[in-house]
Amino acid sequence: MATSTMKLKLHVWRQESPSARGGFVTYEADANEHMSFLEMLDVLNESLESRGEEPIVFDHDCREGICGTCGMVINGRPHGPWERTTVCQLHMREYGDGDQIWIEPWRAKGFPVVKDLFVDRSAFDRILQSGGFISANSGGAPDANAIPVKHEAAEESMDAAACIGCGACVAACPNASAMLFTGAKIAHLNRLPQGQPERYDRALDMILQMEEEAFGSCTNHGACAEACPKGIELDVIAMLNRDYLAAVVKAG
Amino acid sequence: MSRVTALYGTSVGKKITMAVSGAIFVLFVLAHWFGNTKVFMGPEAFNHYAEGLREFGDPFLPYGWFLWIFRAVLVLSLVVHVWSAWSLTRQSWAARGTKYKKKDSLNIDAASNTMRWGGIVLLLFVTYHILHLTTGTLHPDFIPGDAYHNFVAGFQSIPVSVVYMLCMIALGLHLYHGTWSAFQTLGFDGPRAQKIRRPLSLILALVVAGGNLLFPVSVLTGFVS
Repeated sequence: MATSTMKLKLHVWRQESPSARGGFVTYEADANEHMSFLEMLDVLNESLESRGEEPIVFDHDCREGICGTCGMVINGRPHGPWERTTVCQLHMREYGDGDQIWIEPWRAKGFPVVKDLFVDRSAFDRILQSGGFISANSGGAPDANAIPVKHEAAEESMDAAACIGCGACVAACPNASAMLFTGAKIAHLNRLPQGQPERYDRALDMILQMEEEAFGSCTNHGACAEACPKGIELDVIAMLNRDYLAAVVKAG
Repeated sequence: MSRVTALYGTSVGKKITMAVSGAIFVLFVLAHWFGNTKVFMGPEAFNHYAEGLREFGDPFLPYGWFLWIFRAVLVLSLVVHVWSAWSLTRQSWAARGTKYKKKDSLNIDAASNTMRWGGIVLLLFVTYHILHLTTGTLHPDFIPGDAYHNFVAGFQSIPVSVVYMLCMIALGLHLYHGTWSAFQTLGFDGPRAQKIRRPLSLILALVVAGGNLLFPVSVLTGFVS
């Protein structure tokens, strides 16, 4: 079986440093249908290096869709056109000879560009640090089933815990809002009995930290959920809102 | 943190105030439409209803007080709603930074996409509507106290009716996304709520926008004269 090869025209965002003015640079790239999108960029980078040019900087790690490190906006869609996939899982069979592809970094004030397609997502780390934990006594591991967890609670918590923190929700949101990420992290713990003692403090603290980070406000478009590679749904935002409201009422 | 700072200090809090003030408008537009259907029962019934709004609450409230309390609540809701919208919009516009070169509209429907500009259209419409049929300032043939005459004479102008009809489409879109959004913001998201939120928002938008469209159409076709 012959492998089909293709010549592509890539318009890639290049930016020297966080403060530098960036712009698009157009490259011709060769690819075959079996490559992943990141492999296509690796090959391009090799040829750039062999010509003595600076390779394109992009973030990546596991390359199997579970770490949340990679991410770029491809022709206007975070992680590219495939549903529920990260960009490392996107394959070049999606594209054909002569296609033009625009590649941009996540665009948000809360995610400043470090270089080229690589953005600083430590805002997400700070949101997590503000409330994404439970307090547990140290010592031996607790007995299994010491705290009964309802099946539904376990399932719903796991749905929210699927979030890999890649930031596609912020990138997709017309308002660059981080509500889907923050909602997923709140729902993940607040749906479990282990999360109950700190439930309302968690909602308040994480939302206050989210506000600090220059993200926008949610208008319930739902673009985030559509872009999410892990299928996080808008119900986590409803839970965030509900627990915030309850926290405000309790805080008095 | 006090409750007031929690509501005004964060985008989530501002959205809650938008949802609550929006819910007051939802009840208002429903009541407004329902009250105005009296126009189909003739001049006497309609004028009686208009007068009734002023007498409502008698003998506990003096003449006209109910209407003015009602208006004060609406104005307060409007201030809260518009101020929150303005503040949230500025936050969101600032949050993107550099714009995307390529756009792909993910899951964004006409209703959610027109909330901001549609809201401004509605604000202008409300101003015009008050100057047209409440104060009569922009009404060419206004008779104070004769609501039925003002209604019919007002809608007999084709440009005026067209403006009203277009604004009702804007209202329908705003109500559809706004109602769904308010459910989401206030956390009505149980298994049952999830099933009814979208259909309920759609029915509300269709009833209010479609119901109000009947008024200019029935005057233009001569059904109400």
